[in-house]
Amino acid sequence: MAELQSLLGPLWPLVWALVRIVAIVLPMLGAVAYLTLAERKVIGYMQVRVGPNRVGPYGLLQPIADAFKLMFKEIIVPSDANSLLFVVAPVLIIMPAMAAWAVVPFSANLVLANVDAGLLYIMAITSMGVYGVVVAGWASNSKYAFLGAMRSAAQIVAYEIAMGFALVGVLVMSHSLNLVQIVQQQDGALGVFQWNWLPLFPLFMVYLISGVAETNRAPFDVAEGESEIVAGFHVEYSGMTFAVFFLAEYANMILVAALTSVMFLGGWLSPIPGHLLPDGMIWLLAKMGFVLFLFLWFRATFPRYRYDQIMRLGWKVFIPVSLVWLVVVATLMQEPLRQLPIINLWFH
Amino acid sequence: MIDFQVLVFYSFALLLVGAGIGVIVARNPVHAALFLVLAFFSGAGLWMLLEAEFLAISLVLVYVGAVMVLFLFVVMMLDINLDQLREGFWKYFPIGALVALLMVGELWMVVSGRDVMRTGQGLPPAAADASNTREIGLQLYTTYLYPFELAAVVLLVAIVAAIALTLRRRKGTKYQNPAEQVRVKRADRVRMVSIPATGKTGE
Repeated sequence: MAELQSLLGPLWPLVWALVRIVAIVLPMLGAVAYLTLAERKVIGYMQVRVGPNRVGPYGLLQPIADAFKLMFKEIIVPSDANSLLFVVAPVLIIMPAMAAWAVVPFSANLVLANVDAGLLYIMAITSMGVYGVVVAGWASNSKYAFLGAMRSAAQIVAYEIAMGFALVGVLVMSHSLNLVQIVQQQDGALGVFQWNWLPLFPLFMVYLISGVAETNRAPFDVAEGESEIVAGFHVEYSGMTFAVFFLAEYANMILVAALTSVMFLGGWLSPIPGHLLPDGMIWLLAKMGFVLFLFLWFRATFPRYRYDQIMRLGWKVFIPVSLVWLVVVATLMQEPLRQLPIINLWFH
Repeated sequence: MIDFQVLVFYSFALLLVGAGIGVIVARNPVHAALFLVLAFFSGAGLWMLLEAEFLAISLVLVYVGAVMVLFLFVVMMLDINLDQLREGFWKYFPIGALVALLMVGELWMVVSGRDVMRTGQGLPPAAADASNTREIGLQLYTTYLYPFELAAVVLLVAIVAAIALTLRRRKGTKYQNPAEQVRVKRADRVRMVSIPATGKTGE
């Protein structure tokens, strides 16, 4: 590696950064492809079906077949659509889903950028995903797409506030915006019960459900609601442009799963106290798998929310719940209370 | 060879100015709003160069993530005829130029007094372990506590006013009470009636 470094000279930092980015993005794209298969299989079994099983053994090559099909389909730009924004919209939606990974810690030392304002960066980057949906809906020059974009914009703005408050709770617990420190703070004598999900249980619930809403997944998928507005914001997209929207949805799911694991489920920490089992990336992946399974399970279980119910849940339930619990946490962290042994276990 | 930081500065500055011009010359209001998003982004990039990460990310979070989404939301639904809006351009140009000059003057007065401008030296680099967020928090809650609280009160008043302006109690609107819906019992919905069989049964 030292020889390579001297060979490239001043270009080395740039090349090294690129290599590390590719090392994150490529496995993630693979995970996205197989998450689509996992979703179809899991929902299939939940509905007493088999799921895709024709392409390759147990249908394992299905995502590749799907990718080929989508790549060779024609991209149709609707008449009077804004052709530049129409093509830019899928890029706008997948970019934040990828860029947010820069600060996600996979283990204590394995993180692309260990920055101090990591939590803030995550919130800022993920809040940009809505532009892809809104621009796609507007540029398509279609009523259905526009309705989907409107619904999505209102929904994402509403749930982002609750999500932000839930993350403020995490920030209060860990005294830090750095994701590595947020995980390290959850390390303790109680193992799995030391993680943030227990002391911040209401915020954990709010974050998890808001995460489903932010990724436009069922039962919050009114932005595409096929029974009312065909396919919502991406109704006019075909071929690879549609595939990018599809990829972005699953990439966002994986991202939310990773963030939930890091913020509330102890990241790479082992669930057994006393380090009987070593900490490591495997635990983070297992926790992400669990959260992703919940996403798929939700989709197979719940009917779609009505639009006013979504708004009510976001503004009138989640925001007050997270605000109240924020005050509770802040109070428990104060001097006389935090000295009590039972409280000091978590709030220190 | 040109310094990497200088290169980054000029690319962001160029983008910022270009996007700023785009905001005012774009014929389509949606394009103008998107140009404004780009301008915010480039501004955040410049702040990042100044090692003001917290401010840079907050700018993106607040303006790009929330304010501009709502802007776009409104602008997308409007059917604005820009030619009508531009009719009085030359009539209002002198007064606009005057306001612009005043603003430039004010900016100059604020900035020119700083050491950085007089000496031409850059800001001293921050200590390697300095946490941007912590420093800003310390300043906000000690030295600038009263202005900060005052700004918070102004915002609160604005929020209350915004709600008060749009809140209209209309008569006859129907709405659901979810708490009641959840608490509902079988007896509230179904009435079991025993109907005695009369006369002949079955035909």
